[in-house]
Amino acid sequence: MQSTKENTRIGFYVCHCGHNIAAMVDCADVAKYVKGLPNVVLSRDYKYMCSDPGQELIQKDIREYNLNRVVVASCSPLLHEHTFRSATAAGGLNPYYFHMVNIREHDSWVHTDRGEATAKAKALAHAAIDRVAFHKALETKTVKINPDALVVGGGIAGIHAAMTLANAGKKVYLVEREPSIGGHMAKFDKTFPTLDCAACILTPKMSEVGAHPNITLWSYSEVAQVDGYVGNYKVRVKRKPRYISEERCIGCMDCISQCVFKEPKFEDEFNEGLGKRKPVYIPFPQATPQIVVIDPNVCLNFKRAKGPDGTPIVSDKCKKTCVEACGDKNAIDFTQKEEIKEIEVGTIIVATGFKTFDSKRIPGYGYGIYKNVYTALEIERLVNASGPTGGEVILREGKNPDGSPKHPKSIGIIHCVGSRDKKTNIWCSRVCCMYSMKLAHLLKEHTDAEVYNFYIDIRAPGKGYEEFYNKLLDEGVHFIRGRVGEVTDWAMTPEEEGKLVIRVEDTLAGYVRRIPVDMVVLSSGLEPQADAQDVRRLFNMSCGTEGFFLERHPKLAPVNTFTDGIFIAGACQGPRDIPDTVAQAGAAAAEALVLIDKGYVEQEPNTAFILDEECSGCKSCVPLCPYSAILYDETRKKAHINEALCKGCGTCVGACPSGSIVQNLFEDEQIFSEIQGVLAYD
Amino acid sequence: MEMTRTIKYEADRVKGFGEEVMSVPGCEELKDCIQCGTCSGVCPLSIYMDFTPRQVMEMTRFDFKNEVLGSKTIWLCASCYACTVECPRQIKITDIMYELKQRAIKEKVYPRGLPTPVLAQEFTKMVHDYGRVNEILLATKMYMKTNPFAAMGMAPLGLGMIKTGRFSMIQEKIRGRADLARMLETVDEGK
Amino acid sequence: MKYSYYPGCSLKGQGRAYEESLLPVMRHLGIELEELPDWNCCGATAYMAVDEGKACVAASRNLAIAEKAGLQQVLAPCSACYLVLNKTQHLIHDYPHIKSTVDRAMASVNLKYSTDIPVRHPLDVLISDVGMDAIKQKVTHPLKGLKVAPYYGCQIVRPYATFDDQFNPTSMDRILEALGATVVQFPLKTKCCGGSLTGTLPEAGLRLSYIILKEAIKRGADVIATVCPLCLFNLDSFHGKIAAKWESTRIPTVYFSQLMGLAFGMTAKQMGLQRGLVPMKPLASAPACCAARTAAAAS
Ligand SMILES: Cc1cc2nc3c(=O)[nH]c(=O)nc-3n(C[C@H](O)[C@H](O)[C@H](O)COP(=O)(O)OP(=O)(O)OC[C@H]3O[C@@H](n4cnc5c(N)ncnc54)[C@H](O)[C@@H]3O)c2cc1C
Ligand code: SF4
Ligand code: SF4
Ligand code: SF4
Ligand code: SF4
Ligand code: SF4
Ligand code: SF4
Repeated sequence: MQSTKENTRIGFYVCHCGHNIAAMVDCADVAKYVKGLPNVVLSRDYKYMCSDPGQELIQKDIREYNLNRVVVASCSPLLHEHTFRSATAAGGLNPYYFHMVNIREHDSWVHTDRGEATAKAKALAHAAIDRVAFHKALETKTVKINPDALVVGGGIAGIHAAMTLANAGKKVYLVEREPSIGGHMAKFDKTFPTLDCAACILTPKMSEVGAHPNITLWSYSEVAQVDGYVGNYKVRVKRKPRYISEERCIGCMDCISQCVFKEPKFEDEFNEGLGKRKPVYIPFPQATPQIVVIDPNVCLNFKRAKGPDGTPIVSDKCKKTCVEACGDKNAIDFTQKEEIKEIEVGTIIVATGFKTFDSKRIPGYGYGIYKNVYTALEIERLVNASGPTGGEVILREGKNPDGSPKHPKSIGIIHCVGSRDKKTNIWCSRVCCMYSMKLAHLLKEHTDAEVYNFYIDIRAPGKGYEEFYNKLLDEGVHFIRGRVGEVTDWAMTPEEEGKLVIRVEDTLAGYVRRIPVDMVVLSSGLEPQADAQDVRRLFNMSCGTEGFFLERHPKLAPVNTFTDGIFIAGACQGPRDIPDTVAQAGAAAAEALVLIDKGYVEQEPNTAFILDEECSGCKSCVPLCPYSAILYDETRKKAHINEALCKGCGTCVGACPSGSIVQNLFEDEQIFSEIQGVLAYD
Repeated sequence: MEMTRTIKYEADRVKGFGEEVMSVPGCEELKDCIQCGTCSGVCPLSIYMDFTPRQVMEMTRFDFKNEVLGSKTIWLCASCYACTVECPRQIKITDIMYELKQRAIKEKVYPRGLPTPVLAQEFTKMVHDYGRVNEILLATKMYMKTNPFAAMGMAPLGLGMIKTGRFSMIQEKIRGRADLARMLETVDEGK
Repeated sequence: MKYSYYPGCSLKGQGRAYEESLLPVMRHLGIELEELPDWNCCGATAYMAVDEGKACVAASRNLAIAEKAGLQQVLAPCSACYLVLNKTQHLIHDYPHIKSTVDRAMASVNLKYSTDIPVRHPLDVLISDVGMDAIKQKVTHPLKGLKVAPYYGCQIVRPYATFDDQFNPTSMDRILEALGATVVQFPLKTKCCGGSLTGTLPEAGLRLSYIILKEAIKRGADVIATVCPLCLFNLDSFHGKIAAKWESTRIPTVYFSQLMGLAFGMTAKQMGLQRGLVPMKPLASAPACCAARTAAAAS
């Protein structure tokens, strides 16, 4: 051991942090107080300790004064512990001889009395001085990183992240829940603000993913289990049966045309139920992979009753014209079962996206009550040239006198549906103002109708976005500032007969208005996926209060999670548009590449270990560890902690009845001396 | 032509009024109003109001006390709670309307000739004195005080009530009148 | 189950047909109602507009009496009473200054109120305590062919939705269906009828009643069913004025309890149907004698 308590030589530094600390804490007074404490060789106050001169000061002092312990009282360790540990190491000491005191977040920022804040800083500094004497030299361990990566979710975020990693030469598994990748973007006709065709920019990327030698694409699959730790994750992927051999299907779609169902009859998920599909189908023409799926819920070759565990049972009752059509390719396989694949990866990017708010939750807007009330996603399909109507905007209800389908002559688009509302979702969904304007433009273009946007605020804060708003104003789209009160079908005037009536306060004109329209579009907000909590648990992440995955730091670590080696990208982290999603996906891929290319990670040595002789083998600790880091050796009847998995949470340490678990940097004498130190100041 | 100045100077504000209202329990959320207009959009009576409920919220927040307490709006509010259940900031607009009505009555600044505040006060008197309300007598009192001619227009309805046996000129009284009156008086004593 | 019955002023006054029909119907279903002794006016919307503290004191005197009498539940059929009594409890619960005001008033007359007597609406009791099956069993004269617009008014599900959906209540719909009636899809279910504004500011108030009446007719209803004496008064009493200002909307409005009684085989007279200003047409399904009586009562 380098030093014992007797020859401890501590250097203490208190930082002003400009005015952040100095305005509320008398730093010079703190330095003076600490100077008088035992083992303190030197005590200084300094304007910015984290600056280069500040760090150099520490190094110089270590050499000149032969210091063997360093304490800095400044900001949060989250921010600069690493900085000062490095400075300590650069001065020639083991970095764990350093200890940090937070007198900013815990003191100057939260108190209003300078005298008391100064006293608190002194007490905290005293505690650190007493504690640091017991610090030991520790070694950081390194763990190797498996270079393969897993991307979960094949929306634009997952696609972009997977492509980036694959192009950098890494092997990537891309797991997508639906039969095709593409996510929400695949449903769009055009994208704001440039109005470029979504398919034209997305589908080439999708086929690249499908063809990339470094990418293993598993669609219609979900992650079932994740074990391990940064660099060494073991993942089990559940591959749902699509009753088609992926190896043999060539995507000719002969089976679809030859299915015993001559006409598509079943609700088509991809088209938001506006179109129909057959039991054997491909979600959309450019789907990737180009492999069909059979829906056992409606295919005649399956029994309607499921097996006890919910698995479909083959009835063999159908003529199976699909199989005939498939012929030699022999790709249809009714015996297919769910399959579990096990893979090992070093890093994981979660890009599971969002779902839209269920507009039925606001009954006053009439979705599900009045047929001509639509969700924005339905309109995306309706204006889409490859959508169920070939891009013709026709009303669900009402026909022209000659029996032909009716086109809307007036359309109301209601913003903020489910968003900015304490009763539903308090957040702003960020993309709906823009997509509402996009849809307003497209609807006007397709129908020449009068289009009204009802908004609370127009949020168009992106490159070219305000210009897009201006373009719409020029095009004659109407904007009425007011959150719609209700949509009803009862008329007060002749021109309201047979229409949907939007009642709203035009807050700028100061009038309550009733506006009759043929079609209402609800700009539903963005929400976490329904299974976000399950996915969060699976990958050991956190969710914010609203349920989106939580980033490690909103500014400085936006794609990291609290679990090393697991990153997030896209709308699963919060509502965002495609440009931001792609930027974030690139960032997540880059963060993963940092780990992969370095090849190893250093692990904080603040892990727990078990004193083998003292362990009584009671197993109390084993189930408590949230990271499953504790193993139990049945033959020796002893517990053992896997250092690579231990996160240093300390749960087991407190729980061990025989006191045989010790945690580095949190040893008993360190903690007790710290407590004594705080109490010593009065 | 008569011109009215609509600009508001700082001196037109009764500083502290908004804060005062927003410090009443139940009215605090008014601070969160985003002026979205949902309240006016759903309010069945907003079409007759001189200021929409949304405007009343903003005017209250910004201390335009005289304008708010003198408005017809607060007396047009029928307490249907449509605004309260729809407001995206969960502001209890109906309760704020009640708060404003109480203040207008206390300061006697409600618009003259408006029967609603008169009815409200007659109602409370009747409750205080007898413990029960006779709707017919109450309506008669209100019309006498505000618009005796309108009472004439109500004659056919009165006739209908008599014919269907729903008309009674007898003022019901509770036995515990003195108790009730005593209880109500403690409220004033407590103020 | 025994309930303390709080009639409120209206049910003893112009709204007496509500009481006349509700009491026998409830008795028929095995619900025991005992009128709260010496109850006083709840204060309705008017008192809250003048003095919230006093309004709460007046309302809570009734609850204290119920508590003193050892009654477990209060049944308040009038929407305003139902809301005011519930709201008073919420206010006492949420706001210490209201609680101390009420406590002080109680103490002055040796009363006590501990704020936990449930105040319930007949619809709530019917769907939750009695149950749809029990209601169906009692139906002897189904209201076949009768198209009813269910009108709940504003104050029973707003702002405190306890027993039914705030935006689309269905408890009365279900009861009416159980009686064999056809329920008209009626989006104005919870719209305001104008409340006391029909009297104070008829220009504004009557318009709201007019809209409800006109839409009920447009949607093919034979009759509007209400749960509130003020709603019924507004929808039933101003046909002349409404016709003069807009158009004729003569459609009868009745209490849902009156329809229940008819379906249970009680007579129109027993149900107080003669008290409506716009008579309800005799039911085709009613036995000859009853049909005749309805007609007689109506004329
Ligand atoms: C109506 C509408 C219009 C829009 N228009 C535009 C526009 O014009 N321009 C623009 O920039 N933005 C637009 N947006 C926003 C855009 O949709 C998002 O920015 C983008 O889709 C986010 O991409 P993502 O990959 O993060 O999520 P998603 O597109 O939601 O993709 C997530 C993918 O993950 C899969 N997945 C989910 N859970 C799992 C799981 N557990 N396991 C495996 N896979 C899973 C999903 O099936 C899906 O394929 C619009 C949004 C809406 C609602
Ligand atoms: S088995 Fe029959 S129903 Fe099923 S996909 Fe083939 S042909 Fe169609
Ligand atoms: S982006 Fe616009 S429409 Fe969407 S929630 Fe925000 S303000 Fe409302
Ligand atoms: S709790 Fe302690 S004694 Fe028990 S198994 Fe764990 S380390 Fe051993
Ligand atoms: S300190 Fe926490 S993470 Fe480490 S072994 Fe103990 S319980 Fe597990
Ligand atoms: S609905 Fe609520 S937030 Fe919107 S203007 Fe009215 S009070 Fe303000
Ligand atoms: S409670 Fe009053 S302000 Fe609110 S919607 Fe009803 S009438 Fe309008």
